[in-house]
Amino acid sequence: MPDPLLTINNLRIEATIYAPGEKPRDAMIVDDVSLTLEKGKVLGLIGESGAGKSTIGLSALAYGRGGIRLTGGTITLNGREIRLADAATLRSLRGREVTYVAQSAAAAFNPAKKLMEQVTEATLHHGLVSKSEAEARAVELFRTLSLPDPETFGDRYPHQVSGGQLQRAMTAMALCPHPDLVIFDEPTTALDVTTQIDVLAAIKSAITRTGVAAMYITHDLAVVAQVSDDIMVLRNGQMVECGSVQRIIEDPREEYTQALISVRRIDHKEKKPTDTPLMTVENISARYGAMGVDVLSDVSVELYPGQTLALVGESGSGKSTMARVITGLLPPRVGQITFDGKPLPGALKDRSREELRQLQMIYQMADVAMNPRQTVATIIGRPLEFYFGLRGRERDKRVQELLDAIELGEGFADRYPAELSGGQKQRVCIARALAAKPKMIICDEVTSALDPLVADGILKLLLNLQAREGVAYLFITHDIATVRAIADSIAVMYQGKVQRYGVKSTVLAPPFDDYTDLLLSSVPEMELGWLERVLEHRKMESAGN
Amino acid sequence: MKGIPISALLGLFFTVLYFAAAILAPWIAPYGMSEIVGDVWEPASTQFWLGTDNLGRDLLTRLIYGGRNTIFVASMATALSFSLGAILGFSAAVYGGWVDQALARFNDLVMSIPTLIFALVVLSVMPVTLTVLILVMGLLDSTRVFRLSRAVAVDINVMDYVEAARLRGEGQRWVIFREILPNALSPLVAELGLRFIFAILFISTLSFLGLGIQPPEADWGGIVKENREGIVYGIPAALWPAVAIVTLSISVNLVADWVLNRTTSLKGGRGA
Repeated sequence: MPDPLLTINNLRIEATIYAPGEKPRDAMIVDDVSLTLEKGKVLGLIGESGAGKSTIGLSALAYGRGGIRLTGGTITLNGREIRLADAATLRSLRGREVTYVAQSAAAAFNPAKKLMEQVTEATLHHGLVSKSEAEARAVELFRTLSLPDPETFGDRYPHQVSGGQLQRAMTAMALCPHPDLVIFDEPTTALDVTTQIDVLAAIKSAITRTGVAAMYITHDLAVVAQVSDDIMVLRNGQMVECGSVQRIIEDPREEYTQALISVRRIDHKEKKPTDTPLMTVENISARYGAMGVDVLSDVSVELYPGQTLALVGESGSGKSTMARVITGLLPPRVGQITFDGKPLPGALKDRSREELRQLQMIYQMADVAMNPRQTVATIIGRPLEFYFGLRGRERDKRVQELLDAIELGEGFADRYPAELSGGQKQRVCIARALAAKPKMIICDEVTSALDPLVADGILKLLLNLQAREGVAYLFITHDIATVRAIADSIAVMYQGKVQRYGVKSTVLAPPFDDYTDLLLSSVPEMELGWLERVLEHRKMESAGN
Repeated sequence: MKGIPISALLGLFFTVLYFAAAILAPWIAPYGMSEIVGDVWEPASTQFWLGTDNLGRDLLTRLIYGGRNTIFVASMATALSFSLGAILGFSAAVYGGWVDQALARFNDLVMSIPTLIFALVVLSVMPVTLTVLILVMGLLDSTRVFRLSRAVAVDINVMDYVEAARLRGEGQRWVIFREILPNALSPLVAELGLRFIFAILFISTLSFLGLGIQPPEADWGGIVKENREGIVYGIPAALWPAVAIVTLSISVNLVADWVLNRTTSLKGGRGA
């Protein structure tokens, strides 16, 4: 066996936590993790947020972000120990032997410089090749990554290219110095599925063609299964399990890995539409300000009592605008919304308190959806006070009932939002919506910011509550797996129009229109060779046309 | 008192000392406020701890009574400028549209005139009483507070939790006082410390120029004015009020810093 490129032995990473109200204490971020990576291999690191995957990725550069200290173990890169290496050594290897691709390319590029200058910067800084040669390399990489007009692509500024292209440009930046190892830190997480598949394919072909070794960090097992040779599952800074992709996917040994793999397999039978819809949206068109473009045009959907309508589409498709129109934040330009048999006034200020009570909303970012200076009791209790005039002990009793309903139990009423985990925050937001006893709740990407297992819990909770309280959901999401798990009917949105609409079984069954087909086939599936199969299929189709 | 940093303790000590001296002036001052008890500009002695002033009054007594006036006027003016500026600033941010434009542009208009000159003009035509002084200082200072609170509130106003409150049907009062105010407190507290000190400097400046607190009432700016000629002869009487102003300024800001640290903690000001 040849010498491995990177060996990490018993790595221990610590950080000092300055929790408000407590003495600073040291916390173990990564505890006793070992791995080896051979030349040309791809290792996938997977885990929930806080699992330490990014921290381990960055340790291959002997770098600790924001106060993180690499306190123990060895990191051997190309045969030399780098954990305790001096600054000069580190400087010579960072951006040369090891490079890094960050999650948000939009935030990682300097908006004031052209792409070419940034892509070749590390290469030139290390004096590896001449300027013209570095630019030739970059153009070649642009071509490999199938970027448009590779010859002139580098002359653009970051804001002149799309998010997916920018992510690929960053990959080019990482590959330009011909490094031995590239760390990909969630490179496709912020992208739409239809874009993600292109970026994924580009990254994969670039890795294969250049023969570089890579660490691929993500929380999406289906994505990592497409690009990696081996997978390491992490949780709370410790290794759960490590093995070849095939072994992990087909024969996971640890319970946690099994849970990760079976995530989003909630079986949900669709309910048939009843006679009278709870809400009817007819021919809605809406635009922002005096702009001449309709963000929504001629949208008509229906939602039945106690059922779930999913609005699916990528960013910019008008899903969230739809929510703003229904809640009255953005009065429609034309069209009519009927709620519970009565026409609903278009503007928020014209709606009665009773109409407002019937229609509640849950947000994507539970963090900013709750006032950080109010306790959970105030957050949930305020709608009780406001709509039903409950006070004092009566209110507290109802708050506790609601906390029980969202499976949180005792001891949460006095906490502040900052003292809750991501999943708990979203549960409190659900309780706040439920407190109003609404007939309908709009859920705007409520699970997108959560880890898969936590998101699963939230979806199950929502389904339970629907069965018990008979509340209808308008569920806005970009995630097809979530839709499968929760929807009764589906509206696929694209560029402000409803592309496809009907009950779940018909919408998700062929024959598809072009866009729905593209959307559905872009969702990564947890099986080996999925990426190749889809790409092959698409190539054949476009050749056939 | 556990967990308070040493700097805050120091600031707290001096702030409390000055405020206590101001409140308890008639009981702790060794002599009467305008009582002539000795010779002109006597040096410090066991009888007159800080010496006497240009008329032979006890300087320590004058300082204590002066602090009482200065601190009272500055506190009232700051309180006025904060309540007015913050409420108008929040309202401008929350209502938006022409309300916002009208308030903000009028504010710009007032701010474009140098404060001191504005105050001098107003005070030269109005009778100089404590009420008028407080009103003039408070109103002029509220333009600064308005600007800050409007800027802070505009940011908070677009947060999801404010939208959630609106969707619930809450009135503007709830939005302003329950959703925005608690979250805008940190920058406002920082500004409060600063504004209070500016108010002290402002009233001292006015008194020094003869348009502030009128003799025989004492105030720190006035004491400097009365004793400034003494400096030429090496008499430190005019420097004592300056020392008082400096120590109070620093102390109040040390306390404000500490409060700021507490309120910026994410746990709603519960932590240390």
